[in-house]
Amino acid sequence: MTLQTVLLVAAALISVGLYGAISQQVVVMVMMGLELMLNGVVLAAAAFWWFLSPAPDGQVLLLVVLTAMTVEMAMGFAVATLLHRARQTDMTDMATDLSR
Amino acid sequence: MSVVSGIVFWVLAVVAIAAGVAVFRVDSMARATYALAASFVAVGLTLLLLDLQFLGVVTVLMMVMEMAVMAIYMIMFMGMNPALMPMSMVHGKRAALAVSIGTFGVLAAGALLVPWPTRRGAPAADLVESLGEAVMHSKMLVMMTVSPVLFATIVAALVLALPRSRYDRLGDDLRGPDRR
Amino acid sequence: MTVVQVSAAWVPVAAALLLAAATAAASLDGALAARASGRPAAQGLALPAAETARLFRQRRRAPVAADTLLGGVGVAGLLVAALLMVAVVPFGRWTVADLSVGVAWFNAMDVLVWAAVWLTGWGPNSVHALVGGYRFLATALSYELPLMFALTAPAVAAGSLRLGDVVAAQQDLWFVVWMPVAFVVFCAAVVAFSVAGPFSAAVGSVTAGGVLAEAAGVDRWLAATGRYALLSAGSAFGATAFLGGGHGPLLPAWLWLLVKTGALLTGLVVLRRRLPVLRPERLAAPAWLVVLPLVLLQLLAVSIVVVVRG
Repeated sequence: MTLQTVLLVAAALISVGLYGAISQQVVVMVMMGLELMLNGVVLAAAAFWWFLSPAPDGQVLLLVVLTAMTVEMAMGFAVATLLHRARQTDMTDMATDLSR
Repeated sequence: MSVVSGIVFWVLAVVAIAAGVAVFRVDSMARATYALAASFVAVGLTLLLLDLQFLGVVTVLMMVMEMAVMAIYMIMFMGMNPALMPMSMVHGKRAALAVSIGTFGVLAAGALLVPWPTRRGAPAADLVESLGEAVMHSKMLVMMTVSPVLFATIVAALVLALPRSRYDRLGDDLRGPDRR
Repeated sequence: MTVVQVSAAWVPVAAALLLAAATAAASLDGALAARASGRPAAQGLALPAAETARLFRQRRRAPVAADTLLGGVGVAGLLVAALLMVAVVPFGRWTVADLSVGVAWFNAMDVLVWAAVWLTGWGPNSVHALVGGYRFLATALSYELPLMFALTAPAVAAGSLRLGDVVAAQQDLWFVVWMPVAFVVFCAAVVAFSVAGPFSAAVGSVTAGGVLAEAAGVDRWLAATGRYALLSAGSAFGATAFLGGGHGPLLPAWLWLLVKTGALLTGLVVLRRRLPVLRPERLAAPAWLVVLPLVLLQLLAVSIVVVVRG
């Protein structure tokens, strides 16, 4: 478990997330791709922290990255709900009535 | 113990990447959401291996909660039932694949070829306590700035997402539907 | 007292203890139910054994196009979450996992219950089950934040997230004495994440059993055992974090922990039968507007005491 191996795993997660973010048509699937990319970024940041400079200040940066991820998801889903409602798509399935 | 931790790391890495790929290949929205949750939990457990204990546990906590709520949004927007139906709604699949493989190549080359510096400093004896000290002492202003950002997020998200406000539910004087 | 981490070979012992506590809770629940319906209480004591025998013989239901993978993960997840929760509780001087972030670990494991209950509702491809799952998430959104802050109070008072330190800090005075609001909120949250009592809308009879509408056979047994195990694990954690853990005069520490867990578990089982089921949407406003500020004020009081004490 060296810096390079952890960074490789993080790079793989970022690439898979990028594929999802670019290729998916549905908004929520694009957001899942973005989540995967942030997942990889958190892992890479943790690896840099542990292998290069394990001071407590680095952990605070990780906390801020986690917060940014949360804010992004919350606002993303709020906007997606608003868009879905504004487009007036008529999904007859019962579960989608939540969005009316 | 380093061999055991190495094996555990590779198992978690494979789980994280396989679950990440599975998000875009499974046949139901709930499975996609929980595959993403599995990927996040694997990364959270990897953080535990890297001695980031509090952050690892908090990642697992936040991400499982987030995926549980995201599953509701998935079903709300796409209206699928638990039956497994092939669903692949992509555009420009080959271009996206090319871009993502190219990105992986560049990042992996960077990870392997850059001469990373040597480790500076050693981790504190009690990492949780030192994190608490950093958050409450030297980095308290950062945390105080994050807090109104989070509050603004809550308010903004609710304002965007709620179809009806309090006045619609309770009437103009906010005292309930039928008061005489 | 310092807490010693034992080897992994003791994990089955911990699991057996948890299942014994869950069985005891189920027996008490059965006895109370028998007495409430007019039969002698002793008939209800055999409830766990009778239900286990009945459910293991029952055939599992396989609805059309059910998602058996996710449904299986859901029902098993309740019991797994309870086992993981109790892994950090110090049993006297010993603990299975001496995590330096024990309190946060307990919090993370009770969030696993969110996913488990919703998946139990999603799996069978049934409307009533899905509605039960949604109701659980609505309830969970109300109790989770007060629970998180109530869990922070003992950690602040002990100055550490490690459960051994939380127990050691209660040497002179149990935490329940000077943080009662946090204790009450914690107990309510334990009942809530066991999908029991006033917070059992997710399995309520209004929705034909809610998430358990289509559960039969081993699935139903796992879900019922998981719910009682969650109640027991939450009581064990409450006994550790609020009722002083192993501290007490005559008996050894592990016996005190069992006594306190048993007392808290009995109290919760008796209380949950007495309160009516609350609808999730009526829970949200009081939870966010009344309970959350109260818990924050409690946390402020605890912090001031800790700072003044030096």
